[in-house]
Amino acid sequence: MKKIQTIIRKEWAEVFKNRLVLFTVAFLPLILTALPLITLALTNSFSGEMESVSTGSMDFFGEMCQGLSEADCTNVYMLNIYTLMFMILPVAIPVTIAAYSIVGEKTARSLEPLLATPITTVELLVGKMVAACIPAVAVTWLAFLIYAVGAWFMVNDVVFAQAMKPMWLLAIFLVSPLLTLLAVSVAVMVSSRVTDPRVAEQLSALVIMPLILLVVGQSVGLILINEQIIVLIGVIVAVADGVLVYLSVKLFQREAILTRWK
Amino acid sequence: MIKTENLTKKFGDNLAVDRLTLDIGEGEVFGFLGPNGAGKTTTVRMLTSLIAPTAGTAVVNGFQIGYDDYDIRRSVGILTETPGLYDRLSAWRNLTIFATLYEVADVPGQVEKYLRMLGLWERRNDEAGTFSKGMRQKLAIARALLHEPRILFLDEPTSGLDPEAAKLVRDFIEELKEEGRTIFICTHNLDEADRLCDRVAVFKTRLRVVDTTKGLREQMYGRQVVFHLAETAVSYLPIVQNQPYLRHVEAVDNKLVIALDDPETYNPDLIRQLVEAGANIQFVGELRHSLEDIYLQLVNQA
Repeated sequence: MKKIQTIIRKEWAEVFKNRLVLFTVAFLPLILTALPLITLALTNSFSGEMESVSTGSMDFFGEMCQGLSEADCTNVYMLNIYTLMFMILPVAIPVTIAAYSIVGEKTARSLEPLLATPITTVELLVGKMVAACIPAVAVTWLAFLIYAVGAWFMVNDVVFAQAMKPMWLLAIFLVSPLLTLLAVSVAVMVSSRVTDPRVAEQLSALVIMPLILLVVGQSVGLILINEQIIVLIGVIVAVADGVLVYLSVKLFQREAILTRWK
Repeated sequence: MIKTENLTKKFGDNLAVDRLTLDIGEGEVFGFLGPNGAGKTTTVRMLTSLIAPTAGTAVVNGFQIGYDDYDIRRSVGILTETPGLYDRLSAWRNLTIFATLYEVADVPGQVEKYLRMLGLWERRNDEAGTFSKGMRQKLAIARALLHEPRILFLDEPTSGLDPEAAKLVRDFIEELKEEGRTIFICTHNLDEADRLCDRVAVFKTRLRVVDTTKGLREQMYGRQVVFHLAETAVSYLPIVQNQPYLRHVEAVDNKLVIALDDPETYNPDLIRQLVEAGANIQFVGELRHSLEDIYLQLVNQA
């Protein structure tokens, strides 16, 4: 446990002195927190005009808008999309950290002394994964709380209750950390197989694709995310996490990393 | 302390280390000499359990590689070819991380001890990335010693250092030698090997020779004594060349180069005969071939 803690502290000490990583960790949450609040403010200022818009578009939102005015429905719709975006955040943030974790050490030539210590592969990888996951999840939760408080001030209680349904809280506080671990395991796995940090980062970023499809699906009305979908995603991701963490350890070949990379 | 038997490593079809058999005793400083790509680093990596051998066995500090890898890694120290420090972290932080990973009981105490010993204490809070090459190398050596290993592997310890920094590192290795640690040094620096090592091995994929540097010189060239005369030496050749204890004699300008097994016994007799023949001997000395001559001859033979 002490060795895992040491790796975590080492990763944080190193990573947070890297401006690129700091930018990645700070920029996305700032945008994702500010954007919905600005959009809500703008929407509220045009709410008078929205009331006169044809109710035809209400059909598009389906059961999500039952019993709501069109303006409220638009707000709920937007808040749902943005909440969904908060599930992308913890996947996007740690990819840079995790992608650099193995391949970055190798290019800096610090991996060999590290592997020469009596540290097991599990300790090393768990340390690196946790070091990448914790900031991502913490920043996501913090950004979400700021966003939620801002929304509470800007929308009425009905809209707020719809937008902060337990389903979304489950998504943010339980499914998001699982998604973070998924992204990090993939990034660490890719990072221990490729020789360039940029390639590791780009390949690992592909994990975001299914989530983007989910956002697009919800935006265009193809999918209406409900409790069942969130629980299903949670279960699938939890199983995938177990498999990927196991594979990360199995695919981490000390000898190949030391001898094939120049 | 280190015993290998037919240790072999192949990377695909490429044979990197071929049936290496060595026996290195406790407290010995062992020089492992060879050109680039000879397989020296691969050997060190096998002996520190970083990579597995393709065939053969090795026992390091009583632990067998491939079976007791964790114990080997815990009981040996390694200075890798490049220092591999965390440049954004301070010297103190760099060492603290490794002391914890090596399960050192008194982390701050050990870190302070080696920072002071290597003259880095005043710079302990500075980022390793700001250090000079020599300081980086010293920090990497400190890192290898934090857990007080009895066996130390040093891969090119003075490579790329200026003469002053190289001397500091060499002096420190001398101190470690006095502490009785077993030190395995891979080096290109033959002068360094000559000065530091009890025995050296010349290696190029397979072991060419192992001996003390003195033994190697005798093996290759025998012992040679040079008589510097005030006049041309060739006229004195008949005086000395029939002596039964001489292996070889040669006149070069005003020098007589004589190969013989026991110069301490026979030099007085040679001097007497030459003086009686009218030779004006200016001085007498033993011809010492450099380790470089021996190394180049062995490597080129390979």
